[in-house]
Amino acid sequence: MEVGDLNIILLGYLIPFLPLLAFIIIVSMTKKFRLTSAIISISAIFISFLLSLILLYFRLKDTNAHNFIEYNLPWLSLGNFNLNVGILINNLTAIMLIVVTTVSLLVQIYSIGYMHGDDGFSRFFAFISLFSFSMLGIVVSNNLLQLYIFWELVGLCSYLLIGFWYHKPEASDAAKKAFVVTRFGDFGFLLGILILTYNAGTFNFIEIEHYLKAGNMDAGLLTIVILLLFCGAVGKSGQFPLHVWLPDAMEGPTPVSALIHAATMVAAGVFMVARLFDIFSLSSDALKIIAYIGGFTAIFSATIALTQDDIKRVLAYSTLSQLGYMMLALGVSGYTAGMFHLYTHAFFKALLFLCAGSVIHAMHTNNIWEMGGLHKKMPITSITFLIAAFAISGIFPLSGFWSKDEILVNVYESGNKILYYAAVITAFLTAFYMFRLYFVTFTGNLKDEHAHESPAVMTVPLILLALLSIISGFVGIPGTEKSIYNFLYTGEHPHEVAMNLKIAISSNIVALSGILFAFLIYGLKLIKAETMKKITGPFYVISKNKYFIDEIYLFLIRKIFFAITEFVKWFDRHIVDGAVNLVAFLCRWAGAKLRLTINGNVQSYALIIFSGMILIIAVFAIYNPEALRIFGGR
Amino acid sequence: MITLGHYIVLSVLLFGIGVFGILTRRNAIGILMSLELIFNAVNINMVAFSKFLTPDLVYGELFAIFIIAVAAAESVLGLAIILAIYRKKQTVNADEMNIMKY
Repeated sequence: MEVGDLNIILLGYLIPFLPLLAFIIIVSMTKKFRLTSAIISISAIFISFLLSLILLYFRLKDTNAHNFIEYNLPWLSLGNFNLNVGILINNLTAIMLIVVTTVSLLVQIYSIGYMHGDDGFSRFFAFISLFSFSMLGIVVSNNLLQLYIFWELVGLCSYLLIGFWYHKPEASDAAKKAFVVTRFGDFGFLLGILILTYNAGTFNFIEIEHYLKAGNMDAGLLTIVILLLFCGAVGKSGQFPLHVWLPDAMEGPTPVSALIHAATMVAAGVFMVARLFDIFSLSSDALKIIAYIGGFTAIFSATIALTQDDIKRVLAYSTLSQLGYMMLALGVSGYTAGMFHLYTHAFFKALLFLCAGSVIHAMHTNNIWEMGGLHKKMPITSITFLIAAFAISGIFPLSGFWSKDEILVNVYESGNKILYYAAVITAFLTAFYMFRLYFVTFTGNLKDEHAHESPAVMTVPLILLALLSIISGFVGIPGTEKSIYNFLYTGEHPHEVAMNLKIAISSNIVALSGILFAFLIYGLKLIKAETMKKITGPFYVISKNKYFIDEIYLFLIRKIFFAITEFVKWFDRHIVDGAVNLVAFLCRWAGAKLRLTINGNVQSYALIIFSGMILIIAVFAIYNPEALRIFGGR
Repeated sequence: MITLGHYIVLSVLLFGIGVFGILTRRNAIGILMSLELIFNAVNINMVAFSKFLTPDLVYGELFAIFIIAVAAAESVLGLAIILAIYRKKQTVNADEMNIMKY
């Protein structure tokens, strides 16, 4: 092992460990000292961020993208089956560490301003630190069990932070909903892990991959296992049909939405698929299903986002849509494109949420129709929001353009026309709803004179993220030698990504027409929004009500699920409990009868004992004369 | 000539008398005495077998001595219990000691 490797291993353990340390310190010592807690949490994540940069530098120096560094720390030994706390550092890890630590750092700085004066200030930073630890743990894990543990830990942190204002019933309900809905996915994930481990005899990613590549598993079973693993990603990344928890999760504080429900945790599903992509790519059927689910989620959520009134809910549906985009990319084997979009999306979507937080901080409402004309009062928020909106719409040359274009190229080259057009329409819808949001919120007549720009502690992270939203795409300019594609690609030969001008220009035109459309309706008000509502008629109602998915689920639960449980309850009460009660009744009845023979006279007891002994001897003598030898017979 | 059989017959008789006494005596002290008979039946068995089957070893005799010691201790305990009961109920009649029931 080289010295460089040792350094990387140390970094790999230190980066997740520091936020954990911050969590422990805040919980055990500094809970009462609000600013100290914030400083501890932020310093921990800042050091982690610096260490991630060093780690990225090490990886960049290594010209071979296939190289990885793995280290196992023994944890439990069960017979000859070992459980390890391991790390696996490759280029994918390095990128993801940067994304998580950067967003977490900026969001935490922003939170000092946003959470100012909140009773749970220290608690907030403790949870955020715990979350950072868990998320970084997912990123460095080298085996499925460890991944699953951290996977559940981020779910727990998400639960705690959505329900941060637990005295609000909506918040605690949303927290429970998020926890329960993702559990459906996680159950499949766990089943997948167990089947894989049962067959391969190991949790380790690379060993499982070798096992599967040797063709040891039946193709049908493999497809099922991969789809089970994908269930986990469906739950965490809010893919249809388990997307219902994410919009409700917006009840949490806005920095939480930015960090957990936009940039990092919801991307964990995408990251997991990317991390295990060598396993996923073994089944083309599974990949096809992933692509369709991703594509459907993308267009489905985008249509809902068109009509929502709550600024954070629009962004939540937008997040779902973009996550669908990433899944779509992974499904058509565009592994690098999906990860690239994850990376750029983390910055501009976190920025959008933080801007929304800034607006909410000023207006004390989430309803976009109560806002308006905020550009004059909050110029920095407005401009950074505009940059992020351009980036997510995929306008040249912002970061979203490069990654989105790459996904479109990948989908186009896969030859699936339906998915390609779904992706293009989604791009149009994305541009439209983002600029609907922008025009309604920041332009037009000022509705609240008291609005004011947020303090510097909040605007500086906005500016930094805006900067990242602009420049982070430049690592992915196609055709250059040192692009992110070659950095991430682990296939056999170098990954050639050509710029497809036709797609690039058409996607820009589509996005610009979306923006123009939004401008005509909400900016210039040339077309009345009311008219649009009338023209689209039933579609508007469906979109406004989120396709009635929540209602359908409620119906299924109330009518069908409860009917089944009613029967199960009856069965349990009468048949199962009845059997138990019958046994108890028989015992009591027999006892009541038998106790009459116990009269309290010692001598009658002795008589029973002697008669019993004689009876036993008699039985032995009849059935097994040999046994009489123990009494001294022959 | 006295054979092993004679000893065993004696032992069986003693045991039988002891069991009979335990089951039929009404006086608690009588029951205790019958118990002693059973112990001695066992002792006779032990010593007899030891003498006839393994003349070189003294395990049987050793056990008999132990049993005598233990029986003495047991009698003390039994008498103490009977004394305690007598103080409480003014009787040592086994028929009247019937509180060991449901």
